Amino acid sequence: MPKYVVASTMDIPPGARKLVEVRGRLIVIFNLNGEYFGLLNRCPHQGGSLCDGRLVGLIEAGSEPGEYSYSRAGEVVRCPWHGWEFDIRTGQSRCEPDRITSTQYQVAVETGEVVTNGPFFAETFDVSIEQEYVVIEV
Amino acid sequence: MRDTRSNDRVNDPEPDETLRSDADHLTTRRLPDSFALPINQPPTQPMKVPTAGAIDCDIHPSVPSIKALLPYMSDQWRDTIAQRGVHELETIAYPENAPLTARPDWRPVQGRPAADVATIQDQALEPFATSFAICNCLYGVQLLMGEDMAAAFAHAVNSWMVANFLDQDPRLRASIVIPTQDVNLAVAEIERRAEDQRFVSVLMLVMDENPLGRRVYWPIYAAAARYGLPICVHAGSAYKHPVTSVGWPSYYAEDYAAQAPAFHNLVSSLICEGVFAKFPDLKVVLAESGITWLPAHLWRLTKFWRGLRAEIPWVDKTPTEVAREHIRLTLQPVDAPADAKPLERIMDHFGSDDMVLFSTDYPHWQFDGDAALPDGMSVSLARKIMVENPKNTYPRLK
Amino acid sequence: MNVQVIDRPAGASRDKSKLAIADCDIHPSPKSLPVEIYPFLSKRWQNHLETYGFIYRQGFPTGPAFQRGQPDAARRDAYPPNGGRPGSDLQYMREQHLDPNNVQLGILNPLRSGQGLQNADLAAAYCRAVNEWQVEEWTSKEVRLKASVMVNYEDAISSVAEIDHWAGNPNFAQILLLSRTAEPLGQRRYWPIYEAACRANLPIGVHAFGYGGTPVTGGGWPSYYIEEMVGHAENTQSLLTSMVFEGVFERFPNLKVILIEAGFAWLPALSWRLDKVWARNRSEIPHVTRPPSELIQAHIWLTTQPMEEPEPREHLRDIIEMIGWDRLLFATDYPHWDFDDPTRALPIQIDTATRERLFLNNALDLFSPRRTS
Repeated sequence: MPKYVVASTMDIPPGARKLVEVRGRLIVIFNLNGEYFGLLNRCPHQGGSLCDGRLVGLIEAGSEPGEYSYSRAGEVVRCPWHGWEFDIRTGQSRCEPDRITSTQYQVAVETGEVVTNGPFFAETFDVSIEQEYVVIEV
Repeated sequence: MRDTRSNDRVNDPEPDETLRSDADHLTTRRLPDSFALPINQPPTQPMKVPTAGAIDCDIHPSVPSIKALLPYMSDQWRDTIAQRGVHELETIAYPENAPLTARPDWRPVQGRPAADVATIQDQALEPFATSFAICNCLYGVQLLMGEDMAAAFAHAVNSWMVANFLDQDPRLRASIVIPTQDVNLAVAEIERRAEDQRFVSVLMLVMDENPLGRRVYWPIYAAAARYGLPICVHAGSAYKHPVTSVGWPSYYAEDYAAQAPAFHNLVSSLICEGVFAKFPDLKVVLAESGITWLPAHLWRLTKFWRGLRAEIPWVDKTPTEVAREHIRLTLQPVDAPADAKPLERIMDHFGSDDMVLFSTDYPHWQFDGDAALPDGMSVSLARKIMVENPKNTYPRLK
Repeated sequence: MNVQVIDRPAGASRDKSKLAIADCDIHPSPKSLPVEIYPFLSKRWQNHLETYGFIYRQGFPTGPAFQRGQPDAARRDAYPPNGGRPGSDLQYMREQHLDPNNVQLGILNPLRSGQGLQNADLAAAYCRAVNEWQVEEWTSKEVRLKASVMVNYEDAISSVAEIDHWAGNPNFAQILLLSRTAEPLGQRRYWPIYEAACRANLPIGVHAFGYGGTPVTGGGWPSYYIEEMVGHAENTQSLLTSMVFEGVFERFPNLKVILIEAGFAWLPALSWRLDKVWARNRSEIPHVTRPPSELIQAHIWLTTQPMEEPEPREHLRDIIEMIGWDRLLFATDYPHWDFDDPTRALPIQIDTATRERLFLNNALDLFSPRRTS
């Protein structure tokens, strides 16, 4: 699959996200502590823009009703419309992870040198070999 | 979601389906031979399925009068009831002479309907040829404000039930009446009765002081689960609140109509508050709920759950799936039009053949003659409702 | 089986070829009370609100009894870029909703608009202020939007005065009540409102939520917001039951009632139940002369949002066919979190004529005296 250079890593610091368009697809790139993940910016339910959703933690059941476990702060995006939660790392919904998923894209970080040597596609980009870039397979 | 019906259809074509040309999208499942159809039935006509051998999961013996309960009370309570002139605990949920309360041909010349075992044998057991019938006594124990008096009445009703019905006919079973006003006293009553295998479930009303999913009631469910007793939640109210969320209605007709929305609320409560997460083996039977409201309610609940599940993370599968596993409904009354088609569609919407349990709701006037099974249910579904589903719901029904 | 979602090709045009729609539930908010509402309130009531706040039949003066799933129950992406609450900026509403979704007619249903305030004089004054505000800030600036006459429905006298005041005003499309009333809406204390509505030739909209003071279930207060949210359907069933059995539709044969944001798939089962209960109890309610299902068919419309999502989705078609395609009015609930997107909310395929009916023409017909051209 062709790889597209979509952002400098400096554009998406940890905890941030960026909406990019690649071949007509709107994709939101998340940075979770230096790891980058890409999801189609369209909730599989009614199409809400996941880029506009809040990043939350994972709330799960404790040992019995009334007990909550909380983990993975900031690794779940809630659709801004109906609140469906998606695991940014996997695209899986929290409500029904095996049945409902958000389309995921492979994201990598490449050095400016690698990017310059290609083969990569970049639509509106000046690439500097001193920097690192977020690269997405579409 | 596993679609068991379509799988069954492929592997297990059911010849009986030809009996109803419009039933082929409903359930198919091989049935015990004892339920084979009479062979002289014309095979292409809609037909009444005989109810012989069915388990009637909701009948209502009446306490003939408060006097009948006195022998089962302590001296202190007997004296108190006389001294204070305690009234009958009949309730506005079933006004004595309202048409619904007793079918005309089941209404005695004098006294309350279904108030003795001979009447029940003549009117409920023999005509439907049921193998078992579960007595849910709707005396207004749950309405009392005082916990101790409620416990005394609950105990008396259960003792009266044993002596006057369970001991009199081997086909009769009963739900344990409990004083929900005090959970500890309720558990004590369950523990007292549990040894008697003829008590097959625990009775509560759909509108109590709190929604029944709330944790205050959980010791009751723990006790029920411990003894293999499902909870039977019956239409009715403790009248601690208006029966609608918009206040007291003017008419009895509204009170009875309000029972169905109350069951909607109940299903939300049991699932969302985590009753089935805490008690994974518990089944809850909704008695006299109207049944056809359930699928649409689960659609709505499941839709909201997908967005709000973090509030109740112990609900870790769709409320629809939870309901299919844990919720059962007695058949009568069937809120459906005379035309069979809509009911066929709604039964399809259930997505499960396991949920409905046969009942007559005797002596309440829900149907005429022996038409306890409505048109719109396939023959195979009707048979499943009559025996298999009740047996799978009540472990004590052998 | 998988959850069924209608797939829209990525990058497909979202608005170019879209059918025009009517959105029968849009929630405008004031940018702030002092800036937009106080100009329509007397000094006395401004001072009153600053001193005593908002007193409803619930403990919290501003927040809801059940804490919601999202701030302001709003879409996270509906906050105007220039600040303010979701739904408070007309230009942003145009950009985010009215234009891209090709809304031809939008019905404004302001919430927190004085209804349910215990002080009846304040409630009436506040409703009047919100009505003035809707014209000033919304309908006079945007012809696609029509206002609702807000009334303090717990007080029929002031409600009738308010309806009479706006009767014939083309900015208003309906009279709005909230569903959680002090008593069931069929009861006679509310009848003057229905009489005035018929006189003004305006339908009555009943929007879910409110401040009745009674527990949100007949069996007490639940613990969780999801139970309250789901319970708005039950609440609406109870008010509809009351209207039917109290004989409201016999007494006001021209009355049209729109049930807003309470779902709709429950209606067939309720109609069947009411028919049976009616048949059994005719002697108690002889003033109800026709089966409830007929009365409902003749007098009741329902907005579609939040659209039920059965699996398989085709089950929804069964239900809509039982209700009638002409009885449903499309609504988005913009800018709230349970927004229904007009291109994706209806999970079944329908032909264009039916689609036009459901999404536009049913509303235009219902509101036709004030039909936009």
